[in-house]
Amino acid sequence: MTTEPHEILRVTDLRTYFPVRSRGIIQRVVGQVKAVDGISLTLDAGETLGLVGESGCGKSTAARSILRLVKPTGGTIELDGQDITTLSRSALVPIRRKAQMIFQDPYNALNPRHTVGSIISAPFTVQGVKPPGGVRAAVQDLMGRVGLNPEHYNRYPNEFSGGQRQRIGIARAIALRPKLIVCDEPVSALDVSIQAQVLNLLRDLQQEFGVAYLFVAHDLAVVRQISNRVAVMYLGHVVEMAPRKVMYTSPRHPYTHSLLSAVPIPDPQRQRTRRRILLEGDLPSPINPPTGCVFRTRCFAAQERCSVEAPPLIELEPGHMVACHFPVTEIPASVATRA
Amino acid sequence: MALPRASADRPFLSVSDLSVRFPTEDGLVYAVDGVTLSVDRGKTLAIVGESGSGKSVTAQAIMGLLDRRYAQVSGEVWLDDEELISQTEEQVRHLRGSRMGMIFQDPMSSLHPFYRVGDQLVEAINAHRSIGKTAARREVVEMLGRVGIQAPERRFDDYPHQLSGGMRQRVMIGMALINSPALLIADEPTTALDVTIQAQILDLISSLQAETGTTVILITHDLGIVADVADEVGVMYGGRLVEVAPTGRLYERPEMPYTLGLLSSVPRMDRERPDRLDPIPGNPPSPINLPAGCVFQPRCTYSQIVGGDTCATVRPELTETEPGHFVRCHLPVTERRRIAADIVRELAGSPR
Repeated sequence: MTTEPHEILRVTDLRTYFPVRSRGIIQRVVGQVKAVDGISLTLDAGETLGLVGESGCGKSTAARSILRLVKPTGGTIELDGQDITTLSRSALVPIRRKAQMIFQDPYNALNPRHTVGSIISAPFTVQGVKPPGGVRAAVQDLMGRVGLNPEHYNRYPNEFSGGQRQRIGIARAIALRPKLIVCDEPVSALDVSIQAQVLNLLRDLQQEFGVAYLFVAHDLAVVRQISNRVAVMYLGHVVEMAPRKVMYTSPRHPYTHSLLSAVPIPDPQRQRTRRRILLEGDLPSPINPPTGCVFRTRCFAAQERCSVEAPPLIELEPGHMVACHFPVTEIPASVATRA
Repeated sequence: MALPRASADRPFLSVSDLSVRFPTEDGLVYAVDGVTLSVDRGKTLAIVGESGSGKSVTAQAIMGLLDRRYAQVSGEVWLDDEELISQTEEQVRHLRGSRMGMIFQDPMSSLHPFYRVGDQLVEAINAHRSIGKTAARREVVEMLGRVGIQAPERRFDDYPHQLSGGMRQRVMIGMALINSPALLIADEPTTALDVTIQAQILDLISSLQAETGTTVILITHDLGIVADVADEVGVMYGGRLVEVAPTGRLYERPEMPYTLGLLSSVPRMDRERPDRLDPIPGNPPSPINLPAGCVFQPRCTYSQIVGGDTCATVRPELTETEPGHFVRCHLPVTERRRIAADIVRELAGSPR
């Protein structure tokens, strides 16, 4: 497989399993949690891929595995043409210049005993980079770019609000001008008015530096706002991947339909006349996933074949991939709970 | 919605001039500042606002859940024909769980981890009614079934940790409703849940409400949920209600600049994106040091239209601009309607 020059990330058949151990002194491995079970995706320079799904679908584990914060069980991860799947800890250090991460909780991601200046300058120190004009000037420039007051260089994280702390995390992530930033639920802890500010900031930085984002989130509206393409995960699998507008206007996987129909939209007239599917029950256990298609136990379109044969992710039209034996174009009236 | 009227035709729940203050080392925290609202029987009022807007404290004050040693509560809360604020804790405790129930965001912290879920519901019955052991068990099993728990007979003996988050939330709804309260307050009942489970829970609350005629106050930060279930909406900011309107009207013809800011900040799942969102600049005010005039003035882009320093120094009152629609803003009515119409048109401009 040749890597196109503008492709920044290629993930192939990534699997991350966690062992389940028995209780007692001899902790034998008695099973595996298949958190991520064979996902493949690519990301181009300057592009944003949204990765959405509900809790337990494996989206965060996938994001962490891609940056090698969690050890993948199988598959390959190529960053900017280089296979990083099995690199040692020390060999990963230079990789961090190219790929950074922004975390969900701006309260836990920053060391409370370090000043903002030392937090944002950490990448320079770790990587031994000497920015022209000195570290302090570089850090203050970064602070200005993310909308923080550069004079607050010597303050501590507890002196900042949640939104400002997320800006500190963003400044740290862009310090070395990475080509990829993995964002794990970066705005879900923020109030809507602050969330919008941070989404705009991420967008501006992308336009300025051409950084690519892998944007992990559960909020489908936020993902529509920021992404160029969207991948939907369910129980460790990508079940559908499509350009943004296609995903939101003409999805094909029954799970995507259910998910989109469950999100209430801030428009009373339209919301109260939308067709909706209520999924029955809860997510199956990833220790013992259903045979065949993982979604079949809650699917309105499931048939005999779905329990026998796992559907592969196939391209229905250019760029639109669906893992389903019986893709649907709309929610059938017979299964909607509200017409 | 109407402001409290004479007692003869008083709405089912009416709150007038409710204020809650917490003395702290750093000064007096004005958590709730003069909230006045009312809800008719069987209706759903949503209170929306961001963190620190005072929406949860308002709910807790109505339920009598605030510890009077730490909270200074003033104002009146009338539930049907009873005033709650002037009652003793003992009296309010009798009302709680029987006449009014509450659902919280996190079901795990409201269910006791050591007791079987069925027994916890039985206890809720016994606290207010004396019925036999078998009758109580029968009633609990029936309630667990009604809130959508499969095999309720078996689940009766489960401990909370054996249930999923969605099921725990169902158990809590069952517990809140077991004594058929006339008022149900749901404080962010689905915030900790996934959207597909959230849809199940919202449907459950609506259908139980239709069945029993319960009056619901829903506290949320999610404008989508409000659009889905509320009859009326109160928008809170900095401890004050800044706009109150019937749900449809609030989305179609909002007037208060903060409401406009909220509506323009929300990313939309049902529309192709604008290039950039239009967020409210700045940060919410500190509840210790609230602005002297309008609480929203420091972030408001329209206060110069009013002119002078009116917005910064004079506290606007919640005034009725149309029957049922109340706004707390110094902007001239025609002016704010013109601004709002532009924004609403722009928001509706790019359909999917």
